Amino acid sequence: MSKNIKISAKNVDVFYGDTHAIKGVDVEIEDKSVTAFIGPSGCGKSTFLRCINRMNDTIDICRVTGDILLEGEDIYAKSIDPVQLRARVGMVFQKPNPFPKSIYDNVAYGPTIHGLAKNKAELDEIVEQSLRRAAIWDEVKDRLHQPGTGLSGGQQQRLCIGRAIATAPEVLLMDEPCSALDPIATAQVEELIDELRASYTVVIVTHSMQQAARVSQKTAFFHLGNVVEYGDTDKIFTNPEDSRTESYITGRIG
Amino acid sequence: MLTVTFFAILALALAFYLVGRSRAVSVVGGEVHQLHSRPNFHGTLAMMLSAICGILALLVIGTAWGAYIERSLLADIMAAQPDLTPIEAELVLSDAHALASGGIASRSDALRIAMAEQVTSKGALHQWGTIAVSLGLTVLAGLWAIAKIAPEWRARNRSETIVRRVLMLTAIIAVLTTVGIVMSLIFETINFFDNIDWQIHKFLFGTTWSPLSGVQAGKLDPDKVGAIPLFAGTLMITVIAMLVAVPIGLLSAIYLSDFASARVRAWAKPMLELLAGIPTVVYGFFAAITLAPFIRNSGEAIGLTIASESALAAGIVMGIMIIPFISSLSDDVINAVPQSLRDGSYGLGATKGETIRQVVLPAALPGIVSAVLLGVSRAVGETMIVVMAAGQGANLTANPLEAVTTVTVQIVMLITGDTEASTAAGPAFTLGFTLFCVTLLMNIAAQRVVHKYRELYD
Repeated sequence: MSKNIKISAKNVDVFYGDTHAIKGVDVEIEDKSVTAFIGPSGCGKSTFLRCINRMNDTIDICRVTGDILLEGEDIYAKSIDPVQLRARVGMVFQKPNPFPKSIYDNVAYGPTIHGLAKNKAELDEIVEQSLRRAAIWDEVKDRLHQPGTGLSGGQQQRLCIGRAIATAPEVLLMDEPCSALDPIATAQVEELIDELRASYTVVIVTHSMQQAARVSQKTAFFHLGNVVEYGDTDKIFTNPEDSRTESYITGRIG
Repeated sequence: MLTVTFFAILALALAFYLVGRSRAVSVVGGEVHQLHSRPNFHGTLAMMLSAICGILALLVIGTAWGAYIERSLLADIMAAQPDLTPIEAELVLSDAHALASGGIASRSDALRIAMAEQVTSKGALHQWGTIAVSLGLTVLAGLWAIAKIAPEWRARNRSETIVRRVLMLTAIIAVLTTVGIVMSLIFETINFFDNIDWQIHKFLFGTTWSPLSGVQAGKLDPDKVGAIPLFAGTLMITVIAMLVAVPIGLLSAIYLSDFASARVRAWAKPMLELLAGIPTVVYGFFAAITLAPFIRNSGEAIGLTIASESALAAGIVMGIMIIPFISSLSDDVINAVPQSLRDGSYGLGATKGETIRQVVLPAALPGIVSAVLLGVSRAVGETMIVVMAAGQGANLTANPLEAVTTVTVQIVMLITGDTEASTAAGPAFTLGFTLFCVTLLMNIAAQRVVHKYRELYD
């Protein structure tokens, strides 16, 4: 069971003003796998996820201490540019948020600003590949130049995943990507996450324990800002060590 | 007297409200839930019915009866002295009014004195009659409403209907006023075009504007009403104003919404909005007394001849005036772009600049466009600054350092000048109508733009 560790968090604390949102979290996330963060609302799982690509930097009152290493490199070091970091660690949000642009431009946005394509043909290729990997190409290939906001909720979310893939990140963070979707769209996105595992390190925050059980290999259970238990998904769901984990999984807390 | 009556009607109506409310309670012996409508609806219905009946009676009877008295008095005068022309008869009547109220009359002969007595007696009857009828109707309507109060009486629905009608009436008044203003503009414009023998092209494309210098027997010289210099001047000043206002306004909005700290924003935004509160007349003399001499002197220093009234000075100050409109409205629409879009862009590794340029501004574009067009309409219609700082001579020039004149300045000159209003009104109203058409077209264009790009994000 020796796998590469992609992201390693040590003793991470997060404060929102006076509120201590994350308390001494240690998590090691494996490369080319899906890691799920579960836990009741307000337990800090989304906050921790946003630390991994420094999205919390955009919130004035947020303060992060401790070490988060991406391939051994401290992402909060002075030498790290958060903009470059976010190109390596992409993010998909809870609510689908396509830009008010065409489907094509939505996907081309990242590659264009990072200069990933030398010419139009390469860009076309990236857009098609990304949309194919996001399992939405067949649905939108004839309407690439119509607004992305005209798609259905599930299609929009897959478009956002495609948009995130297009910048060729190493890690994909997903913050409750299915909470705004119906069961069919959810199934499509879950299937997609399973396929993405081959090429990316995926970290997903979810409220659905079934979803965590279905898509992830590792699961971390967050409670009141602490990681109560972290381990193989099978073990967490069948034989949890901590009584709080068991209570949450069986629906008694949360 | 009639004012007192008006307030008496309101007081009665208020009393009916209280009576109606308590009667509604007593009808069901305090078991309020048995009423179809809450007690205050019964009171409201009595109040509104009595007030409306009373005020309508006051207006209708007051004016109709007064008009009837005037006509019958005129008929009496014509009967007494059949050789009078209608205008003379009206003079006699107005003298009679003057005598009756103890004023000064042109003459005081037997007829006038007799008429004055008539005016006094009929006027008194008119006044007291109006008061009696309107107060009587107020009371009758109120009593009727109170007599109707019963558990099943649908006072709520009825009072809601009345409120809806009153709201509709106010909307109709606003619309009719607009229509009336536009109609009067159109009629005066038609008169004016008739006056220049329908040579509309000479107004629209002529280059000599001196409408009052060629007046002969009330007839304007079509060769001297060419409005091109005015349109050109308005256009030039508007362009200069927008060149000042759009960059400064838009960039300050971007700074305030996405870069400024909360503390800076908290004082900078009110300061900017304070600019909008400065009366335009103050901007006007700031332009004329401070900026224009400064521009002229600095021009001299580098060897440029600049008129002391210049399009540049007026345009710059007008631009400063428009900054708060553009910055405040743009700031609002930029702030309305959802944070999720910004997060989405940051999450892809975009910088703040890329996010603003490529995501936030396109999303906010419809609002920004309408803010800019609003600024343009302000600039086109602005008067005080240009009157003081741009000059009066209808000068056709492309040089912003010379004096130019605008449509609004010429309207002011025509109306405040000492030419007869009937002659000067024609060109003034026509210019006003042209201005109205331009601003209307711009508003329509703005709405089109907003409509086209609306709902691209939710």
